[in-house]
Amino acid sequence: MPQPAVDVSDLVMRYGEVTAVDGLSLRVETGTITAILGPNGAGKTTTIETCEGFRRPQQGTVRVLGLDPVRDAAELRPRVGVMLQSGGAWLGVRAEEMLRHMASLHAHPLDIDALIERLGIGSFVRTAYRRLSGGEKQRLSLAMAMIGRPELLFLDEPSAGLDPQSRRATWELLVELRNHGVTTVLTTHFMDEAEELSDAVYIVDSGRVIAAGTPRELTGADARNTLHIVAPAGLDIHALAGCLPPASTADEPVPGQYVVTGDISPALVARVTAWFGEHDVLVESVLVERRSLEDRFLDLTGKALR
Amino acid sequence: MTLDLSPAPGAAPRVSMLCAQTLMELRLLARNGEQLLLTIVIPLILLIAGTQSSRIVDLGPGRPIDIIAPGVLALAVLSTSFTSLAIATGFERRYGVLKRLGASPLPRWGLMVGKVGAVVIVEIVQLALLSAVALLLGWEPVSGFTPWLWAILLVVLGTAAFGALALLIAGTLRAEATLAVANLVYVVLLVGGALLVPLDRYPDVAQSVLVLLPSGALGEGLRETFTVGTPPLLAIAVLAGWTAVAGFATARSFSWE
Repeated sequence: MPQPAVDVSDLVMRYGEVTAVDGLSLRVETGTITAILGPNGAGKTTTIETCEGFRRPQQGTVRVLGLDPVRDAAELRPRVGVMLQSGGAWLGVRAEEMLRHMASLHAHPLDIDALIERLGIGSFVRTAYRRLSGGEKQRLSLAMAMIGRPELLFLDEPSAGLDPQSRRATWELLVELRNHGVTTVLTTHFMDEAEELSDAVYIVDSGRVIAAGTPRELTGADARNTLHIVAPAGLDIHALAGCLPPASTADEPVPGQYVVTGDISPALVARVTAWFGEHDVLVESVLVERRSLEDRFLDLTGKALR
Repeated sequence: MTLDLSPAPGAAPRVSMLCAQTLMELRLLARNGEQLLLTIVIPLILLIAGTQSSRIVDLGPGRPIDIIAPGVLALAVLSTSFTSLAIATGFERRYGVLKRLGASPLPRWGLMVGKVGAVVIVEIVQLALLSAVALLLGWEPVSGFTPWLWAILLVVLGTAAFGALALLIAGTLRAEATLAVANLVYVVLLVGGALLVPLDRYPDVAQSVLVLLPSGALGEGLRETFTVGTPPLLAIAVLAGWTAVAGFATARSFSWE
């Protein structure tokens, strides 16, 4: 097996009484985008900052590009690009000035003007950092992470505060970076970001990995298990359920909207639509839906707000 | 303009990183009005006002300008190496600048070199300007080149002692607390730290404490150097002692975030 870009095993991190990370393990393959997905306070930032060398593991081991992020920091720093969750620039510094400064610390930085154009920084190049909007700060911070042409990127909530267009543009850029061989590890609490962008997802809660896999594996994309039917309200759902296979259920949660769950096979869809036909009811729509990562995430972490 | 996204990691040569960092610190300082007020304008006003000081405070026997000029040089060192450095570093820590740069190819000692470099350059400008103005106002330091070398040694030691104290505060307190403490210490030492007003003008009890403070050591040291030609050994020992203690405490306690 090739050496992973990031290898965390049994990491434990405590702040006083609070255990932020509780025996977390993850492995990031080179050249992939890996998302660490979890609710606020799940331990995502602590984990990623330990990989960045800001904290020493209290228990367990962390290897980044085969090196120890604390002991081998000097060797790792030029090879790793970091986007902090917030801050990281002087309040009085201008956007372009900050980028040029970061570029001056690297041997082969990206073309600054091209990067400015690509990330849409052009409209605020001469604006002081303190006057930038949240989304502008995020774009600058991403540019700062990329400018040194690192082989590995750690991005802590890269799309927080971005408008949908910027978010899309950021995703496209990250995919393009991956196509050029850059490995990316990002934290997020956006399900769609994890689902659409990443090759691997680690769902983290209370400092532990509670599920891991490709987005497809996690959502069980092959197991289509919900059928939505829109039809006139008030039909006899018990009769409908009676003609379905034993593991299936039928419900009408909202008048006129019927939901059938179970192993949604072509035969089952045919059976259900036939049932409506037998009752001389015109079905307005039939939709087979797979579960989203959001459903899976809520199943795993619970729906209660924390 | 093409964007080549393939990885090509590498640190810039050390010398260029250190130069870039120092220049960046200087640019940000120069952009900051309060810093210029603190480091140039206030010492300049005190220098000019000091020539008329016999009407305000009794500085003791001798020409006021000869007493006030070395004191103003000491004050300039305090403002740059302590107040200005502490405030800037405190806010860099607060806004994650130290953290972010700590993840860049610039080593952490390089960050400190950038700060020291910027402080030294500002001090050179301050001391050259203030000395020139003092000489124009009639300051007559003891003749010869050696007193200036002693003065440089005192300024270097004073910068080290105040700088270490600045980083001790900035690396442990919150940014707002650092701001308050740095300004308060500046005002207290300006008024009562034997910086501008000679030690022998203070009550006896106060003298024995003030002589052991870095402000007293630097102020008295510079005054004596420019009147008799050599500094008191005690001043050098006091500044070296503060540097060692504060430097050790800073190295132990400095938090980067």
